[in-house]
Amino acid sequence: MTNEEALQQHSQVTQGAAIAVHADHHHKQSFITKYIFSTDHKMISRQFLVTGIIWAVIGGFFSVVFRMQLGFPDQTFPWLETIFGKWAEGGRISQDLYYTLVTMHGTILVFFVLTAGLSGTFSNFLIPLQIGARDMAAPFVNMLSYWFFFAASIVMFSSLFVSTGGSSVGWTFYPPLSALGEAAEGAKAGMDLWLISIFLFIVSQLLGGLNYVATIINMRTKGMFMTRLPLTIWSFMFTAILGILTFPVLLSAVVLLMFDRHLGTSFFLSDIVINGKILPNEGGSPVLFQHLFWFLGHPEVYIVALPAMGITSEVVSTNSRKPIFGYMAMVGSFFAITTLSMIVWAHHMFVSGMNPFLGSVFTLFTLLIAVPSAIKVFNWLTTMWRGNIIFTPAMLFSIGFVSLFISGGLTGIWLGNATIDIHIHDTYFNIAHFHLVMGVASMFGMFSGIYHWFPKMFGRFMNKTLGYIHFWITIICAYLIFWPMHYQGIAGMPRRYFDYSNWESFKMFEGLNTFISIAAIVAFIAQFLFIFNFFYSIYKGRKVTEENKNPWKSTTLEWSTPALPGHGNWPGEIPEVHRWPYDYSKGDRDFIPQTEPIGADEGEH
Amino acid sequence: METAVVQTKKGIWSGGRSPFNVSYGKLMMWYFLLSDSFTFGAFLISYGMIRFSSNYWVDHNHVFSSFPGIEGNAPLAFVSLMTFILIFSSVTMVLAVHEGKKMNKKGVQKWLFFTILGGLAFLSCQAIEWTHLLTSTHPVLVDGHLEYWNTTTSHNPWGPRVMYEGGLVGTPGPVAFGGYFFGITGFHGFHVSVGVLLLIITLINTSNNVFQNRGHYEMVEKIGLYWHFVDLVWVFVFLVFYLI
Repeated sequence: MTNEEALQQHSQVTQGAAIAVHADHHHKQSFITKYIFSTDHKMISRQFLVTGIIWAVIGGFFSVVFRMQLGFPDQTFPWLETIFGKWAEGGRISQDLYYTLVTMHGTILVFFVLTAGLSGTFSNFLIPLQIGARDMAAPFVNMLSYWFFFAASIVMFSSLFVSTGGSSVGWTFYPPLSALGEAAEGAKAGMDLWLISIFLFIVSQLLGGLNYVATIINMRTKGMFMTRLPLTIWSFMFTAILGILTFPVLLSAVVLLMFDRHLGTSFFLSDIVINGKILPNEGGSPVLFQHLFWFLGHPEVYIVALPAMGITSEVVSTNSRKPIFGYMAMVGSFFAITTLSMIVWAHHMFVSGMNPFLGSVFTLFTLLIAVPSAIKVFNWLTTMWRGNIIFTPAMLFSIGFVSLFISGGLTGIWLGNATIDIHIHDTYFNIAHFHLVMGVASMFGMFSGIYHWFPKMFGRFMNKTLGYIHFWITIICAYLIFWPMHYQGIAGMPRRYFDYSNWESFKMFEGLNTFISIAAIVAFIAQFLFIFNFFYSIYKGRKVTEENKNPWKSTTLEWSTPALPGHGNWPGEIPEVHRWPYDYSKGDRDFIPQTEPIGADEGEH
Repeated sequence: METAVVQTKKGIWSGGRSPFNVSYGKLMMWYFLLSDSFTFGAFLISYGMIRFSSNYWVDHNHVFSSFPGIEGNAPLAFVSLMTFILIFSSVTMVLAVHEGKKMNKKGVQKWLFFTILGGLAFLSCQAIEWTHLLTSTHPVLVDGHLEYWNTTTSHNPWGPRVMYEGGLVGTPGPVAFGGYFFGITGFHGFHVSVGVLLLIITLINTSNNVFQNRGHYEMVEKIGLYWHFVDLVWVFVFLVFYLI
């Protein structure tokens, strides 16, 4: 049997099954197979999203608690003791808890919210719908991907409850601190659970990523050339490729660190004296760990940012009623960012003691990334330029994304230079930079995606007014929190300190710290507007009708499915694609769906 | 739209088909192997970095000089046997895939069986080698007196040899050797074990006519890809631990 025959047979089997499933609307599907162990990509996507939202609340709450310490170092809050018990005696959090909170805030937000919650949700939801497939290439593996993430979540959550506390070594978990349980309370059992959780998370990412890439390459519907893919799909593909190539290196680091912790090896340890005791470890290198970690760590910020860029491209074009400006330039810059992001990792290590010559090489590559990033920003702005902009909440969040990406990206040029970085490394300047450019910006991308595709996900609309209020409070607070941090950082205020009142030089920032903390608390509370809106709308929102099933008047395939598509997505045959996804305001037509053949009197874009 | 001129462009990337003529499963396996090679790559590069930043590294002809029954005079003989077994199991794997393409169930069963046997033989050899390193002790000159050390993740008796009371004895060598050796060959052995497990499942499925009924033996091909990859990794491990 030839390859083609095998392939054809396979696709017949799966498609036949999918059609059969759909044709029989009322066949028995128990609660468990429909909502829990579902293989439907849309259900898995919703599982990722809801889990991500729960984690975002936890991670956000942690930042509120440590911001309260920073903003009000002299005050006590008895309710903290109610929650944290011995970790916040007298209503003031302990130093150990402070470090656990910042570690968990970073881990949760970077991995669980902005990686699993963002690309997990939207890759799963949009890839089959936008390329015209009935499901992922391997739906069962896709389900496993979620459940590994779920297991990672459970382990991570339980690590907060061990008697020595959760991991407190920073989300970058540098050894020797993370390798030696003697070094800190938070480097004991909590650290082991943290490592196990990340291990499970890497497996989840691998299973998901393999599926995304295989699906995009193999399962596109007829006529869906790669150059007719919406930019969201391009971004998910590059995200998945980055994950496939860089998470395994983190896996190596995790495994070696586990060995250092428990098997007496010396991969990352050498010549250490702890509590007056000389450790036998020698010959290892903590800088080696930093290389392994940042080989993932840097691409990770693009794993976080690329899906947000893809979503923004789609939302901006749709709501400007204009074709995306420079489609191929967008694809090319995705490719350039993906490639460059893998050779810039050591710009996180300018002060680590590595060879200074390497600094100049990594500075060069780092600054080169500014080029594709700037191309993207230029294209978003030119897409909006003289467009007939419709300010939906999704559009506002996309514009917010562009704004934050510019604000945070510019400071990246500062930090990417080794000479400047030596001065502002590990200060609040750095915090401001990466929160704006990849943290808050990608959250905005995620919000934008949720507001935009909510009707397709749940068959109902979210409340617009609440969406507008949510947007304005969030963006104002984002700038109020992070803008002042630049000044603190340039003045040399270091990150990760528990209390600055001992330093004469930082006393002038006391008021500013309080101000930032208040803004952070307001921002956090504002997110409940969104959460209320989200869950309320799932059950009570305005329904999407069959006549209004394409509410944003989009060209892409997902809106050609029924208002609330079942497993298999299209009731009949999968539609064929005849044109690119950005035919907005073409001739006298407002938009032309991808399924419509090119007319005799028009050219392809 | 019936009147519209429908132009359909054709090409391998036009959608509705796999551009590389491979099923999604094989594609995923290829990408998985790419990913896994980065894990091994990270291990081996770490090993290289630590090894070349050490003043002294062990002499592999000295460390790996025993064969079951022969103590000390057979440098690299045992590992050559192991390597031969593993490479040979790749050959039997190729034959299994070949028989699968011909839909010959008996042939697939036979060659899968020999591949499993090869995998198990390799793992047994590795167990013997590990046991030998972990249990046999060697005289080491530590602070002016002799101690007898085995090779572990924290003890390395294979440092530069010195004269002591008329005989050559070892000195403490770099401890990183044990960590990387056991770590990397262990991780590779774990891959071989998983491979053997997958092969056993495939053999059972073959015997139960699962693939015969399905009309193709693609699963055997996919496991074959994995198996060849594990062999290829061993070639690199063999190179950097035993030859260089």
